[in-house]
Amino acid sequence: MADPVTFTVNGKSMQAPGGTLLIDACKRAGVEIPAFCYYEGLALQAACRMCLVEVEKAPKLMAGCTLPVTEGMVVHTESPAVVKARKTTLEFLLTNHPLDCPVCDKGGECELQDMVFRYGAGDSRFTEIKHHVDEKQWSPVVYFDAPRCILCYRCVRICDEGLGVKALGVTNRGAYSEITPNLGDHLECDECGACIDICPVGALTSGIYRYQTRPWEMEHVATICTHCSNGCKTTLGVKNDQILRGNNRDRSGINGEFLCIKGRYAFDFVEHAERLQSPLMRVNGKLEEVSWSKALSFVAQRFSEIKAAGGKFGVIGSEHTTNEENYYLQKFARQGLGTPHIDHRRSGDLPALLDALSSKQNTLATTADLYNAKGVLIIGSDLSQQHPFLAYQIRSDARLHQAKVFTVTEGPVREDKVATKAIRAAAADHLATLKTLADDLKSIGDLIVVFGDSIKGAAVAELVAFIDSLGIPAKYVCLVDYSNSRGASDMGLLPYLGPGYHVSQQPGMSMSEMLADAALDALWVVGSNPLKNATLASPKAFVVVQDIFLSETAQRADVVLPAASAYEKSGTVTNVCGEVQRIRKAVSVMGTKADLDIFGLLARAMRLELGQATPDKVLEEIRSTVHGYNVPLPVIATGGAAMTAPVNGRVPAAAHPQAIQSARDTLFTSGSLGRYSKTLNAVLESPGGLYKP
Amino acid sequence: MYPSLLHDSPHPSETVVLSKRYRLPNSRSIDTYLANDGYKAFMRASQMSPEQIIDEVKTSNLRGRGGAGFPTGMKWSFVPRTSPKPKYIVVNADESEPGTCKDRVIIQYDPHQLIEGILIAARAVDAHRGWIYIRGEYRYLIDIMDEALAEAYARGWLGKNIQGTGFDFELSSHTGAGAYECGEESALLESLEGKRGVPRIRPPFPAVSGAFQAPTILNNVETFAAVPSIFLMGGQAWADLGIPKAGGTKLTCLTGHVNRPGVHELALGFPVRKMIEDVGGGMRGGNKLKAMIPGGSSCPVLTGEEAWELTMDYDSMAKAKTMLGSGGVVIMDETTDMVKACLRIIRFYQHESCGWCIPCREGTLWLKKLLTRLDEGVGSAKDIDLVGDLADNMLGRTFCPLGDAAALPTMSIVRKFRHEFEAKLAKKAVSMAGLPQLVSING
Amino acid sequence: MTFSPELEKRFAEMAGKYPEGRQKACLIPMLMYAQDEVGYISEELKAEIARRLSISVLEVNEVVGYYTMLRKKRMGKTHLQICTNISCLLWDGDKLWDRACEKLGIGHNEVTADGTVSLEEVECIGACSWAPAIQVNYDFQHNVTIDQLDTLIDDLRKA
Repeated sequence: MADPVTFTVNGKSMQAPGGTLLIDACKRAGVEIPAFCYYEGLALQAACRMCLVEVEKAPKLMAGCTLPVTEGMVVHTESPAVVKARKTTLEFLLTNHPLDCPVCDKGGECELQDMVFRYGAGDSRFTEIKHHVDEKQWSPVVYFDAPRCILCYRCVRICDEGLGVKALGVTNRGAYSEITPNLGDHLECDECGACIDICPVGALTSGIYRYQTRPWEMEHVATICTHCSNGCKTTLGVKNDQILRGNNRDRSGINGEFLCIKGRYAFDFVEHAERLQSPLMRVNGKLEEVSWSKALSFVAQRFSEIKAAGGKFGVIGSEHTTNEENYYLQKFARQGLGTPHIDHRRSGDLPALLDALSSKQNTLATTADLYNAKGVLIIGSDLSQQHPFLAYQIRSDARLHQAKVFTVTEGPVREDKVATKAIRAAAADHLATLKTLADDLKSIGDLIVVFGDSIKGAAVAELVAFIDSLGIPAKYVCLVDYSNSRGASDMGLLPYLGPGYHVSQQPGMSMSEMLADAALDALWVVGSNPLKNATLASPKAFVVVQDIFLSETAQRADVVLPAASAYEKSGTVTNVCGEVQRIRKAVSVMGTKADLDIFGLLARAMRLELGQATPDKVLEEIRSTVHGYNVPLPVIATGGAAMTAPVNGRVPAAAHPQAIQSARDTLFTSGSLGRYSKTLNAVLESPGGLYKP
Repeated sequence: MYPSLLHDSPHPSETVVLSKRYRLPNSRSIDTYLANDGYKAFMRASQMSPEQIIDEVKTSNLRGRGGAGFPTGMKWSFVPRTSPKPKYIVVNADESEPGTCKDRVIIQYDPHQLIEGILIAARAVDAHRGWIYIRGEYRYLIDIMDEALAEAYARGWLGKNIQGTGFDFELSSHTGAGAYECGEESALLESLEGKRGVPRIRPPFPAVSGAFQAPTILNNVETFAAVPSIFLMGGQAWADLGIPKAGGTKLTCLTGHVNRPGVHELALGFPVRKMIEDVGGGMRGGNKLKAMIPGGSSCPVLTGEEAWELTMDYDSMAKAKTMLGSGGVVIMDETTDMVKACLRIIRFYQHESCGWCIPCREGTLWLKKLLTRLDEGVGSAKDIDLVGDLADNMLGRTFCPLGDAAALPTMSIVRKFRHEFEAKLAKKAVSMAGLPQLVSING
Repeated sequence: MTFSPELEKRFAEMAGKYPEGRQKACLIPMLMYAQDEVGYISEELKAEIARRLSISVLEVNEVVGYYTMLRKKRMGKTHLQICTNISCLLWDGDKLWDRACEKLGIGHNEVTADGTVSLEEVECIGACSWAPAIQVNYDFQHNVTIDQLDTLIDDLRKA
């Protein structure tokens, strides 16, 4: 940080570190210098000329976005010359801008409207003919209307610098300059929609959202995306109980305005025609629709019978349900049903990491840490595909802070482009390979190690020991797949660990063992699809499935209970780094119930005393009993992220670490959920692949 | 082969220094060059330190000959010679300023003089590689330049260990592809790197971050070509060819309504009247001088009266609120339609605007549409006011000087020849006499 | 896609003229010289040059759209470029232009039906002291009169 300098803006004395851009310095002091092309974090352009201000002793107006403050500088941001410059620059801009406001999606959220309102003239003197170019469609998701474009180049920069994809460029010249997609007339990219949201006007619009509503007609519900584990905030626009769009233009949440195609567009599974909207019961071999009361009482009755007879229950939890639901479920299983056999589909060896880090302080990285670290080591994951927000943080860290990145992966990854060293190795060799980087890593100030399922079991401890030997401060991220995979683990959906990684008094069967046990009496599957790739050995098992679609597992069930998706209920989820955030109910789908409600109703029907099954009450219990989850409520309640502080002692190892495997989703797949998103499947890049940049 | 660009002999009023070899037979061959003081200046400069070389150029008062007129010695001194980055020399042979056709003459008739000037600049900043960026339309000159470069390499004046001095220098030509904006130094550097010709944010300037982000000397063809003479006759002697604060000679392109248009080497400070009457052989058809562009279309236009008393140097032109510019003198006689001229000039800038910044790309297009209409006589007095106002709204607000280059001539023409605009409107105005009265709705 | 031996030689020598790792600098020269051979900047040519320089076709498209000499469609066997900028305008360059359009029956950036001649109204070509001036492909012709233009066009049509 350079020494502070003192300068004057509009008569007021200010201070800022020498070299700070004038536009930034003013912003921090509450003086707004308007700009279109200037965007924090992206390369400077000085193209729009809206930020021109008067600087004493300068021969002409200076662009505030490229002018560093110096000692004694005297600036006027509202002088008549500046006011005139802004007014006339906007007048120039509006000459070819079409009068589309009544039909343009951006109306009401448009930065050009805002600018003209504040700084523009009341009318335009332009009476010539405007130059028209037809609107183009570049993908199912992206539409481009050239006459509306103000050529601020934000879209080009966010795609190139921010996403590392570089699918947009500029062609032609002068007033006929046009943004152009990488395949000439269409896009091949991540289809993330960042370009659409960063566009200050309605030049780039969403094919999913367009022409359906005005933004002020929607209710905006900020919740957490239900797909991957990164925990991005997505603000859903809801009208008439229908989700019309998702974005994060208000930059709330840990992800700023970053979202991938799933966070922005893959909410459409909510209203898929095949949504389960009625409980189903197997009658004469066929699943038939029944009422909730009939289904619930039947399940309660059968569970009570099996429990009384000392039968064996297997419970498989979800990677998408809330912490409250996970906590309640394991309580239901262990206390209510008296069974130790509870598990979920595990994708990362968290217990092994926590064990290796026992007695160390401050060794788990947050998503913010990934933006500030001096070095990042990526092992065994195609982050841009599988963890796009983490990839975005790391890429931004490399771009803006010159962080050193190292990749050790089975194939090429996008992060190679910013990596100091990029090494290819088969999963089995990752540990040995990364050890060859000892000398490179030693010289870095601090390091974050991000690892996938190629490091599990005993290898985790070996990894930590190796990093320790380097003698530099290090933090870790153990990658898991889905929106609450971390929460499933933290809340004890594990056969040998209870909530907060306390050793379970009685260890139970793992998921694969349950499925292979021919003597299993009952199987309760919540929000998971284990029978997609496995079979249930026990022919007589009473199978109850709670899910949002009739998955392969649900098709085998005796009773199917229609569940609400994450966008239809409230609670908390924990992202891959351990940051807890609140999800908020955006819409309702008739006939479904939140999993927690179902647990509560079953518990009541079975006369079990498991506590009140509401998110608030359960969260209270979690905060007071689960190690590390004493997170501050005001942070959660106001939409913030609170980092958990997991167990700081020894944690026993998993019995079969080789069962821990990533689902290897790409940007365009999402477990069993992705197939129900029309948007995810409509884009030409779908289903995509890993390790092919 | 190629059309001749020279009159049979120089005009007696010319100061023949830079152009001294032009009329020699085989003027562009290296043998002719060597037989006529060729490469002697480089050998002399090779005995001097970089500081001495720069001082000599400073003493000469040589100013950039492309149009901006920045003191050359000072520009060279900005290059951080001790930087670990390689240093480069880039020659701006993009010559696209309307009215300008002199760099063409230098390359066609004495390419080795340019090479020698580049070599001396290279010694001043320890550069070992350079490029001559030549506009794409000048293909035959690129071929001529390539031939000269091949000769120089073959005879040991380029490449490794030049003439045993221990100095290495690699030099090649690089073609443009049709873009006036690439004559702007930072846009040229972008084009050199294989990108769109869009200018860069400055600072940093090319001297610090230029070609391939390394310290670079970037100058016009004529600027480099003038350097060998400076080292042959000495900086002060060269400066004294001109006037104080404007040293040396300048290749001046006389174009437009004179009897004897052509490219002539005139000493700085040459009187305009003499230039037109003597060197230019007088006004075509004995017509009167209505207007004059002193140095390429990017300058404010002078009326005949204003121009008559001026001299061709930086201060005289600046006092008259215009510029010496590139040396492209455009003489307009009384038959000239100033509105049409204004339109054509704006059409040029609109066509060449790179589109990066709002005021230039939208402003030039609006002005073009407006002036097209006014040229046809369709409009009102407010529209004439609007022309000057729009131009004024571009002035000083754009990312690079092209916006100013479009605004300045436009504003000067509409202000000094407003009556011509009004006359066009008057001619086309529709009389309301005899037409039915319009009905007022509001009682 | 392969080019003539001369062009391949030029390309091979070009790369070495720029600093290590900055071979994208070859893009515009390669496009210009290849255009002479191929006739215009075709999709195939763009893909080939992008491949050779390890850049994306998008980067090539950005450049092709910017520079007026890079042509996206084939021009005539002879491409007539007539300057109407200020110095040529003062010597009736605009009348030369009108004459050419009238005689050939085509306009700016258009080709005659038989593909022999195309026209382009160009900006200043640097022949201001020898106005009015035109370019016939790369060749300059100075002080062109209407008669000379007529003869030129007649000869081109006969060929």
